[in-house]
Amino acid sequence: MPILFWLRSPKTTRARYFDTSKGEKMKRTKNVLAMLLAIALVLCSCGGGNTADTGPIKIGVNYELSGAVASYGIDSVRGIQMAIDEINAAGGIKGRTVELVIYDNTSEPAEATSLAAKLMEQDNVVACLGPATSGSFKATIPSAQSNKVPVISASATADKEVTVDANGNVNEYVFRICFTDSFQGVTMANFSANTLNAQNAVIFMDSASDYAKGLAESYRATFEALGGNIVAEEAYVAGDTDFRAVLTKIKATNPEVMFIPGYYEEAGLIIAQAREQGIDIPILGADGFDSPTLADLAGKEALTDVFFSNHYSSLDESQSVQDFIAAFKAANNDVAPNAFEALGYDLGNFIADCVSRAATIDGEGVKNAIAETTNFVGVTGSFSIGADHNPVKAVVVIELNNGEQVGAQRVEVSQ
Amino acid sequence: MFLQQIVNGISLGSIYALMALGYTMVYGIIRLINFAHGDVFMLGAFIGFALSTRFSFSFFPALLMSMAACAAIGMGIERIAYRPLRESSRIAALITAIGVSLFIEYTMMYFVGARVRAYTPLLPSSIYTFRGVIFSFQQIVIIATTVALMLLLNFIVLKTKRGKAMRAVAADMDAAQLMGIDINKTISFTFLLGSALAGAAGVLVGIYYNSINPLMGSMLGMKAFIAAVFGGIGSIPGAMLGGLGIGIIETMVAGYANSMYRDAAVFLFLIIILIIKPTGLLGSSSGEKV
Amino acid sequence: MDVPRTVFTKRNLVWLAVCLSIYFLVFFLRSYGILGNYHEITIAQICINIMLAVSLNLIVGFTGQFSLGHAGFMSIGAYATSLALRSRPDTIGFLIGITIGSVLALVVGVIIGIPTLRLRGDYLGIATLGMAEIIRVVFLNLKITNGAAGLMGTFRAANWTWLYLLTVMAVLAINNFVNSSHGRACISIREDETASEAMGVNTTAYKIIAFAFGAFFAGAAGGLYSSYFYFIKPDLFGFLKSIDMLVIVVLGGLGSITGTIISAILLSLLTTILQDFSSVRMIVYSVILVIIMLFRPQGLMGTVEISHVIDKFARKDKEDANTVS
Repeated sequence: MPILFWLRSPKTTRARYFDTSKGEKMKRTKNVLAMLLAIALVLCSCGGGNTADTGPIKIGVNYELSGAVASYGIDSVRGIQMAIDEINAAGGIKGRTVELVIYDNTSEPAEATSLAAKLMEQDNVVACLGPATSGSFKATIPSAQSNKVPVISASATADKEVTVDANGNVNEYVFRICFTDSFQGVTMANFSANTLNAQNAVIFMDSASDYAKGLAESYRATFEALGGNIVAEEAYVAGDTDFRAVLTKIKATNPEVMFIPGYYEEAGLIIAQAREQGIDIPILGADGFDSPTLADLAGKEALTDVFFSNHYSSLDESQSVQDFIAAFKAANNDVAPNAFEALGYDLGNFIADCVSRAATIDGEGVKNAIAETTNFVGVTGSFSIGADHNPVKAVVVIELNNGEQVGAQRVEVSQ
Repeated sequence: MFLQQIVNGISLGSIYALMALGYTMVYGIIRLINFAHGDVFMLGAFIGFALSTRFSFSFFPALLMSMAACAAIGMGIERIAYRPLRESSRIAALITAIGVSLFIEYTMMYFVGARVRAYTPLLPSSIYTFRGVIFSFQQIVIIATTVALMLLLNFIVLKTKRGKAMRAVAADMDAAQLMGIDINKTISFTFLLGSALAGAAGVLVGIYYNSINPLMGSMLGMKAFIAAVFGGIGSIPGAMLGGLGIGIIETMVAGYANSMYRDAAVFLFLIIILIIKPTGLLGSSSGEKV
Repeated sequence: MDVPRTVFTKRNLVWLAVCLSIYFLVFFLRSYGILGNYHEITIAQICINIMLAVSLNLIVGFTGQFSLGHAGFMSIGAYATSLALRSRPDTIGFLIGITIGSVLALVVGVIIGIPTLRLRGDYLGIATLGMAEIIRVVFLNLKITNGAAGLMGTFRAANWTWLYLLTVMAVLAINNFVNSSHGRACISIREDETASEAMGVNTTAYKIIAFAFGAFFAGAAGGLYSSYFYFIKPDLFGFLKSIDMLVIVVLGGLGSITGTIISAILLSLLTTILQDFSSVRMIVYSVILVIIMLFRPQGLMGTVEISHVIDKFARKDKEDANTVS
């Protein structure tokens, strides 16, 4: 039955799932009802056509909303939604509202491929945002190239085969607005060797994450090139909660710094357990550390002598950063944003900016506008899009003391 | 360092053991790998969390309330999803269990989000050092609770009438029914016990690791189930032994060999044990029911 | 030509016609642009799921050996094909890769099968699950597989023709195996292993054959997967992937190839429909799963095949015709 292929969802189901304001339970119940109704509708009808030039501008959102890395996808979409809501509240782009078409790729690359094609072919979006992780983002590249619709990620950090393919050619329709892994790895290795004057380092990485793998490799290479010594390289698996066995082992090797490439969920627990085991050396990480939950998980006292590289610091006094943090807290029960939310927010604003600059509002026009971006001012730093479709932006090394950000050191490194 | 690793292994192992008890009882009685057990454990952690933050319950009331709530949830799951399938193939029940597990995980995620949360510090996190070995107050509480609950469970199963009924049903359901044992009640009771333990484990893990999220049950549940198989499924001391065994193996592999291969090593041990002694370390050799 | 006459029975010809017309139908719909790339992706998922589920059904449904490690075999085929395609990005590379991958999966299947197939029931399930996890951890740590970062393909070798051809071949091969005397031996193991052994069936050998055969086609499906979807990483082939396959098999009916195909198609379409309801898709999926199991625990088709049904009707028609005349 070909009817099954032309399913299109009614707009009600694309309502805001990530709104955490009051009355959401009502809204959720309504969502479920709307969905049941939609299923009934779908069974007896198929969808209508698209309005290309007058209706809302459609932007695809292809993120991990369930499955293993759901929290990164959900956080990113929360940021994107916030930015787009602000833009729509301010009148949209050229008088047209922006409509997000949000899909869940279940943390599966194959599903991400399928959804990218769906967004580009069925929903006729002008650009696709996400996915959050490099693997799933890579899986959308072929669709972007063949449909001539740009895909942009705010957190796909893998060095290789993202914006530039295996043969060294730039993927025309693929962009990102985050650092690459090696950029942060190099930064932190330099920081350990030069600022902290460390000779012996341990790496304790998330073995199942490509992000962690990329960071660990560049850190190791740079640190050893600077004359340092990696005395131990250990691994955990995302979702682990007990790290004492490895920490006991690490303690015996007497390192001077510990580098934890990975995300705050585990890093918080590792830091807590490391301090409990009497490991009081500096602990280093990357932007995966940036979350208010890190302090909750590790405990405030444990978060001393912890350094991580990030896009921005909450100490940054610039108006846009402070406004964002205040607005975000107001909308989310006083919880501060994490890196995914901040990057998602920037991604939402960035795509809106590109669409407003685009000569024609279609994949081609938006792609050209993205490629021509210079000095976009975002919360996570201002950047231009380089020839390799990576952003050119500065990195900040943040120092935590007693759970608070006490210092932020800006490092300019060319990618 | 070796003693420290043993302490690490035992505290990790007692958590596996606490959860393995639930798996082993349910499997022993209806031969079902209850995939939803890990998710009941997760619910337990969240219930404890909600009670301690919203109503500022202290440790023991939160623990008990969470155990009671989980017991009710476990019995409900059995009544709605498993009982109608008791006469069907076991694989159908298994798929249902997987469905229930997914349902609980994603319903929770829908309402509370996927983010990791820090737990309420219900127990002091004081740290003691004894001859260079570091251990915390929480570790002692966890080990003590596990041992106490295991003893209590052993008492219920071996000394009470209900326990006797459970053992009878596990040995032969039809014969037990002929002897006048109410099968439905007995199985419900088994789920009650198992789920209450999962609830307790949820609160303890929440406090000990200070981190909960809607998917926490699937990973730990898997390990705990392996522990139950390792120790001999259906056997309560076996679950304890299996839990500690898996905990110590993990710790030793991570501590002395390569932490990259930790999980692979656990599975390898499991397979070797199964090949040598197919019913696990302390499993009864009656074999599987045909 | 000395072809046995039995190959060209009316029945086989009808099936051939059905297979060819499905192929050309989709082919023309594709070339006229009625089915876009997005639809092709759904079709690819269906084909790969059919291959995986039918091969798993051979192990679980027909031979009665509980396996929770099918994703492990799939990953072997996927990695072999991806590596072959990286060194030779063309159709030849794809065919070399998928052949090596499938054979490798078969060999690993035998190696794993010999010790573990002594176990029964859930214990076997856990052991196979463990084996698949070990395979995954090995891929995670090997240099050539690029660890957690995974492998990105550069050439999409698999298209509708390859997908369909390989799926039909796999289904046909497994169907013929099941209907041969060897297949009957496997079914006898499922029904009663002790009795089967008593009747002189070499149960160990047949269990290993079924296991290896299933692994072979899982490897081929993995090869198709990696060449179609470009990107693979160890996480994809975890425990949940094996569970997904098992769900398809059980939903379709243990021991029914038709049921497996139907349920693979239905579940893939269900996933596609649910894509529009991102926030509740997993909840709806799990509820549907439980409801189907509660109301139809033997699966959609039980052990019945579509051909049985058609035969039955045909016979009935004939009988009716006889009584009328």
